[in-house]
Amino acid sequence: MPAFWHWFIAAGTIAFVIWCAWLISWSSKQGPQNIADDDVVGHTWDGDLEEWNNPAPKWWLYLYFITIAWAVGYMIAYPGLGSWEGVIGWSQEGQYEAEMQAAAERYEPIYERFAAMEFDTLQDNDEAMSLGASLYASYCTTCHGSDARGATGYPNLTDDDWLWGGTEAALTATLTHGRSGVMPVLAPALGGDAGVDNMVSYVRSLSELIEADAAANSAKPMFVALCSACHNADGSGNPVFGAPNLTDDIWLYGSSHDAVHTTIISGRNGIMPAHGELLGEDRTKILAAYVASLSGQD
Amino acid sequence: MRHETIEKSLNLMMVLIVVAISVGGLIEIIPLMLSSDATEPAENIEPYPPLRLAGRDIYVREGCYNCHSQMIRPFRSETERYGPYTTAGETVYDRPFQFGSKRTGPDLARVGGRYSDAWQRLHLMDPRALVPESNMPAYPWLAETMVDGELITTKLKTLQFLGDPYSDEDIAGAAAAVEGKTELDAMIAYLQGLGTNRKTRR
Repeated sequence: MPAFWHWFIAAGTIAFVIWCAWLISWSSKQGPQNIADDDVVGHTWDGDLEEWNNPAPKWWLYLYFITIAWAVGYMIAYPGLGSWEGVIGWSQEGQYEAEMQAAAERYEPIYERFAAMEFDTLQDNDEAMSLGASLYASYCTTCHGSDARGATGYPNLTDDDWLWGGTEAALTATLTHGRSGVMPVLAPALGGDAGVDNMVSYVRSLSELIEADAAANSAKPMFVALCSACHNADGSGNPVFGAPNLTDDIWLYGSSHDAVHTTIISGRNGIMPAHGELLGEDRTKILAAYVASLSGQD
Repeated sequence: MRHETIEKSLNLMMVLIVVAISVGGLIEIIPLMLSSDATEPAENIEPYPPLRLAGRDIYVREGCYNCHSQMIRPFRSETERYGPYTTAGETVYDRPFQFGSKRTGPDLARVGGRYSDAWQRLHLMDPRALVPESNMPAYPWLAETMVDGELITTKLKTLQFLGDPYSDEDIAGAAAAVEGKTELDAMIAYLQGLGTNRKTRR
């Protein structure tokens, strides 16, 4: 803070406090000698209702002086008078750092203990899983839901199906770096509406939602040519690309003809945001174990 | 009876009232208005690009600040959930700042990148499609209204006049930058940029 503003604030504050003290002393009157029966201020209502001018109660007046004394003590103890840092050394940053330090000392040993544990045993540890549940509630519920069953476009975590893999390494990578699953726009490559409709029917027949008719089967070569790079020739998907298995009954964006149609003509881009910087390694491990423990409930 | 001197002299009383109510502002506010901590942008803070600026104005128009703060206070309970605490230098291009005073919904100071664009789009159109417990209103009309390129050019000119470092090229390109964008696009661009200047907490 420039010296001018330091003095502006310090001098202004001190001068105003002194001025307040002086104003109250100057304008108050105390003592029995000041109580008089005839000291009315000149206002009279209803004939005999008068406003008297007696001293304020002492306790009331002294409250003013107590607040002034408090202000003086406060300004000496705490920062406030310009660059004055206060004799007790308090600062907002210092208080925050102390709070973080205290929390680190209290919680880091717990996280370190869990960090040293095997991923599988972590899932059987009630304390770790209750921590995991809190982390889940803070970071994951907005997309995957408080019951972890997801929403359209946001995977259900309670089934045993994994887009990007359910191992410790895969879950840790998903949480730390996020994921971006890209389904490209394929309508132009499929040759018009009829081609898209046949492909939709073929894809839906893979999981036996419908019986494949001749029209649907006509899309099979196209599926092998266009889709198999990510979804595999048999439609079983590939966790390297986050490409869903098309042969099961789990549908991220819906299984209706219209939903699959939209997926094919408009593409999809499912994004899992990176949480590594928010969570740090130890919490990521606990959360990954918690998410793994949710799997297989359905 | 000395107080009568003040009470019975209207001019003196007026002067003293003005002094009494100005002194806090003079001493607390004026030095801050001129302090570099509060007037110089923090690291990585740039003036809002046109689309995000348009989104910011929609944020204000729709009253988002009534339920969402943009002020992470220096407490562990806040920085654990939202990220590093907010500093004055991060809000120098906010006119007015969107600190807010109430959190019916979460703080948004560092919401940028926390969710995907698609999530923000669906969530603004129909919050309960994603978060069944949510009591946030839906804002479907944002998708139907286009951002006005002429208006955003005027806004940039005004902000340049007020001292924000927009170049003449920025202003010339403003209308093109929001061409064909809906208010929903602008809102998402604004939200996705919030607080991304500082991310690392651990």
